[in-house]
Amino acid sequence: MITLEKRPQPSRIWSLATPLLAVLLTMICGGLLFAALGKNPFETIRTIFLDPLFSEFAWFYRPQLLIKGAPLVLIAIGLSFGFRAGIWNIGAEGQYIVGAICGAAVGLAFYPTESFIIFPLMIIAGILGGTLWAMIPGILKVKFGTNEILVSLMLVYVAEQLMASMALGALRNPDGMGFPGSRNLSQYPSAANLEIISGSGMHWGVVTALIAVIFAYIALSRHIFGFNVRLAGQSPRAAKFAGVNPTAMILICMGLSGGLAGAAGLFEVAGPAGQISIDFNVGYGFTAIIVAFLGRLHPVGILLAGGLMALTYIGGEIAQSNLGLPLAAIQLMQGMLLFFLLAVDVLTNYAVRFGRRQVV
Amino acid sequence: MDLSAINPILLLASLMVAATPILLAAIGELVVERAGVLNLGVEGMMITGAVCGFIVAVNTGSPWLGFIGAAIGGALLSVIFGVLTQFLLSNQVATGLALTLFGLGLSALMGQGYIGIKAPSFPDWHIPLLGDIPVIGPIIFQHDPMVYLGLGIVAATWAFLKYSRAGLILRAVGENHEAAHALGYHVMRVRMLAIMFGGACAGLGGAYLSLVRVPQWTEGMTAGAGWIALAIVVFASWRPGRLLLGAYLFGGVTVLQLNLQAAGAAIAVEYLSMAPYLATIAVLVIMRAGRAPGSLGQSFHASR
Repeated sequence: MITLEKRPQPSRIWSLATPLLAVLLTMICGGLLFAALGKNPFETIRTIFLDPLFSEFAWFYRPQLLIKGAPLVLIAIGLSFGFRAGIWNIGAEGQYIVGAICGAAVGLAFYPTESFIIFPLMIIAGILGGTLWAMIPGILKVKFGTNEILVSLMLVYVAEQLMASMALGALRNPDGMGFPGSRNLSQYPSAANLEIISGSGMHWGVVTALIAVIFAYIALSRHIFGFNVRLAGQSPRAAKFAGVNPTAMILICMGLSGGLAGAAGLFEVAGPAGQISIDFNVGYGFTAIIVAFLGRLHPVGILLAGGLMALTYIGGEIAQSNLGLPLAAIQLMQGMLLFFLLAVDVLTNYAVRFGRRQVV
Repeated sequence: MDLSAINPILLLASLMVAATPILLAAIGELVVERAGVLNLGVEGMMITGAVCGFIVAVNTGSPWLGFIGAAIGGALLSVIFGVLTQFLLSNQVATGLALTLFGLGLSALMGQGYIGIKAPSFPDWHIPLLGDIPVIGPIIFQHDPMVYLGLGIVAATWAFLKYSRAGLILRAVGENHEAAHALGYHVMRVRMLAIMFGGACAGLGGAYLSLVRVPQWTEGMTAGAGWIALAIVVFASWRPGRLLLGAYLFGGVTVLQLNLQAAGAAIAVEYLSMAPYLATIAVLVIMRAGRAPGSLGQSFHASR
């Protein structure tokens, strides 16, 4: 008979070990899945997790790691505050899209003027766009008590339609011969999110993500705001007595996550993606949820988790082209990772006891 | 725009069809939530049901076997959620999200060889006598059997929750799991069964999309229907009767929106396509939700 006994305090060792254990279990189960798909499991796992870093073409993949990792980390950092406080913004994908639309619209409005001020203005527009989009579920929750999970998610679908209408209408490239999609911002010097060091993949979004990690770390460990966030999540009643305003907490957490998601969208549209198109979003907003949990909602953890998740994206693409592995298998593996993480998390909060339950 | 192109009888008839997948998924989730479990993975279970049902139906040629396969597929996926939340005490919100992400990946992988194939046809019933009544006949009595099965499940669930002893136990578990445990009821067993019922219903709803409504398999074809089902449960204040109203309201918006697109409304297609999602938000704002089950979303651990 196996029983669980609640630990008086979460185990520190297990809280560090569980993400690693989850990754290991995912590799094992992923290997079985790949074997079932008729691929060599060891070769596939090596291709996904090691080739992007150590193969002979790694010089090509390493910059990609930064490009894919930056939006994931940026969004996940924003989400982690809300998740800690029990505010579930799962519509980051929509905020990412709206941030990209707003930022791109500002850039395109100035075309073809050249000025150093354009790119900063675009960043501000992107952050504002994402923040405002996230404020919709935030304000509705505060004013009417609606569920922020459902509203923020519905707004993802609305944002996708909005993007389609922008790509086909207002923001369409006038010189694009009628094809959907905006002008390519990465070919417009004042609006392009260029690499800071050529060939490194280090664009402004990567820098912003690193700054966000540092700020989040300071806020959570050294500032009263971080303390209030943690308090609101662990004990809403105690937080109320301590004078934490729940309304402000909801709005700040939603705004913060929306703003960072919007910034991530802007950096993507002005750099790696280049234009607003119908298939601009690739699910970073949803993968960032996995990143936030895998990183244990801790800034440094999120940085590492974002790197790992970017690795699976790139490794997945390599495995797709070299081994013919379907891309859906990678998506499945990412979902599996989150499952294993949640499953082994029980070890952090509960001790496993073997044998019959004792009468106390 | 030519509004006269919209036939009100056909509009109301297709409303019932459009509402069915959401109704099926929502009634399952309603039972799950009445048992005190918040499963946000409806979208994942629906899409898995859609692909399972499609694969079984194409290979056997029988839509009925497809629906059974879809229910089993949805229920199996929900077992993962049940084990994680009930035995390993994981956070229900996070686990539900994981279930959706996992289900989307799983369905895409399973459905790879099935893109572009047409599902075996699932003929409508023409109920004798009742189906011949003018106006009402075509609206209500000339649909495929799943429409009526969906209504039957809603009615059965209503009766089960209101009149049966098992329904009372289920509600007790959802209202206060500590008290139900103290009375000697098996909280985990009740909840596992409820979760599996929810999974099976979501699977049926998904299969209705892939076998009847579309009827094809495409990746991500549920397009938020599972989330809308969750919203309708809140709208219904966890009552089966109001669930029906919610699903039909929603079906009405969807069908009207599609008809306006077809009639060439002056509004761009993209904005019309937003309508169901915006309507869901509006409904969540306008309708004050009733009281949620007392233990909704909380983990239960007996030794506490």
